[in-house]
Amino acid sequence: MYRYDSYDQAIVDARVEEFRDQTQRRLTGALTEDQFKPLRLMNGLYLQLHAYMLRVAIPYGTLSGKQMRKLGEIAGKYDKGYGHFTTRQNLQYNWIKLADAPDILAELATVEMHAIQTSGNCIRNISSDQYAGVSADEVADPRPWAELLRQWSSFHPEFTYLPRKFKIAVIASDDDRAAMRLHDIGLKLVERDGVVGAEVYAGGGMGRTPMVAPLIRDFIAEDEIISYLEACLRVYNRYGRRDNKYKARIKILVHEIGVEEYKRQVEEEFAHMRELGLNPPVEELARIRAFFAAPAYESGLSDDIDRSNPAFALWVDRQVAAHKAPGYAIVNISLKPIDGIPGDASAEQIGLVADLAEAYSFDELRVTHAQNLVLPHVKKADLYAVWQKLVAAGLAEANLDLITDIIACPGLDYCALANARSIPLAQKIAARFAAAERQAEIGELKLKISGCINACGHHHAGHIGILGVDRRGVENFQLLLGGSGAEDASLGQITGPGFSEDGVVDAIEKVTDIYLAERESGERFLDTYRRIGMKPFKEAIYG
Amino acid sequence: MKILTGNDLASGDVIWWAGDGWSRQVGDAADVGAHGDDLARAEEAALRVVGAYVIDATLGEDGVRPAHIKDRIRAFGPTVRPDLVEQPTEADIGKWVI
Repeated sequence: MYRYDSYDQAIVDARVEEFRDQTQRRLTGALTEDQFKPLRLMNGLYLQLHAYMLRVAIPYGTLSGKQMRKLGEIAGKYDKGYGHFTTRQNLQYNWIKLADAPDILAELATVEMHAIQTSGNCIRNISSDQYAGVSADEVADPRPWAELLRQWSSFHPEFTYLPRKFKIAVIASDDDRAAMRLHDIGLKLVERDGVVGAEVYAGGGMGRTPMVAPLIRDFIAEDEIISYLEACLRVYNRYGRRDNKYKARIKILVHEIGVEEYKRQVEEEFAHMRELGLNPPVEELARIRAFFAAPAYESGLSDDIDRSNPAFALWVDRQVAAHKAPGYAIVNISLKPIDGIPGDASAEQIGLVADLAEAYSFDELRVTHAQNLVLPHVKKADLYAVWQKLVAAGLAEANLDLITDIIACPGLDYCALANARSIPLAQKIAARFAAAERQAEIGELKLKISGCINACGHHHAGHIGILGVDRRGVENFQLLLGGSGAEDASLGQITGPGFSEDGVVDAIEKVTDIYLAERESGERFLDTYRRIGMKPFKEAIYG
Repeated sequence: MKILTGNDLASGDVIWWAGDGWSRQVGDAADVGAHGDDLARAEEAALRVVGAYVIDATLGEDGVRPAHIKDRIRAFGPTVRPDLVEQPTEADIGKWVI
């Protein structure tokens, strides 16, 4: 894992003290809220429905045990005993006191963490594949590039006041586990003629105008990625609309001027950038890459797993993924218990996962955009011990990528922007489909719920998506079918008129019934939908 | 009736103007009539509240109830965490939220 150097630490420490002073000035009235708001947002501090909310960055979703433990300690000491893992691999605390915020940031800084650029019209936390470095099919570990981008984008003087927020994802596998093409810029590392570089996608995103990012360059060599992205951002920063926040994202610019014209302008700027020699030295990428060297895997380990315990075997089949090293496995930890809140974890659960990371996973864990956790390097011989500890902590749900593994934004229970509650609906759907046999029968089905059009719950990218809206003060839910955030990215289509909370649960049941009746061998829900189209589902729902 | 709400500057807690100060219980909320915006400005200047705004509410047999679901959830707390609501000892308190 990357470790801060003296520059990183000095920057973060200085920022904490700066914010401490700003907070003090706000509390004593030297700063008005209008003056203070942009300052607190630059440090990830929002004012939400019930209290201040602090969003902590988890760069590319990678954490050490020590960092995870600190997150749990903060949840217990300063919040109400829990935290919420988000769809951008971050963590949010919902009940923060303004006066405590500088102390929390100081505690985060002791473990090389912060909340900088988790809000505002800047480049946000760089997201990546939760299987980075352990997936057998990746071209290279994408995290060194993600870290390089983190350093490049942190306090970038030219990109601190962009037209709108800017999200970047980096992957290196054909399997897209990071919704890469639904980001402002997506990078997919590829190898061409023995040279590693990246495919570059630009202009994707969700929100009120969802778009799948088009490919704008099919290869940029690794040593020119930074200057190419600089060119992408420069064109956006110059021509992105600042007159209308709803049309200010890069996707609107790319759409309005056209992909070819955007590419032409980027190439023109890139040619200029090349003359400036702004790419970081190759040695810097090598320095960063050294932090992500594979851990000292033991050799000669058995790949056998004792499956005599049926519940353990069920969990292994669902939650454990193949690791590139013989004798090791990737463990997915579900934060989606049937009666729980998607993405929430108690301080004790966070501490337990920190312990597991240290004891069983080379002191490393990951956060996924689907609001789950991952232990990336677990010996197969240790799986049973890990599972037992997860069971005891209520973290052993076996539902990865099934209908109850629901992505849900905080919704109207917490969020000041929301129009409807996402979490109670997620709980009702999970309860309806709770039976393990039923979930297994349905198979992979990614269900995603947003409580407003901003789409933090990725409803556009759900095989089944749900959008909560406000109908004259009453919650109403639109149903979408056919979206995907994976390598087969697509946007869901609205079925028709919306439903009440109970009505949408019934509608989902009808949708899954049609799928089960119509599917052909080996088809996932999404495959069947794409083959037979919307009509049969619509007839079943609205018949 | 019109009532005034916002968040306590220091703690962020949801608060309601009770006529002579702020309360954490929506049941204490007072009708501010046409004076809500002036009150909000004065209280924000006095550093007692942030993000203050006037909302519609009704006064019935059960007390003061915000008109919009968003404000009822602000008054009650997250509907999915009954252990964290403002008055967790009153088992039925959440029934009026939705």
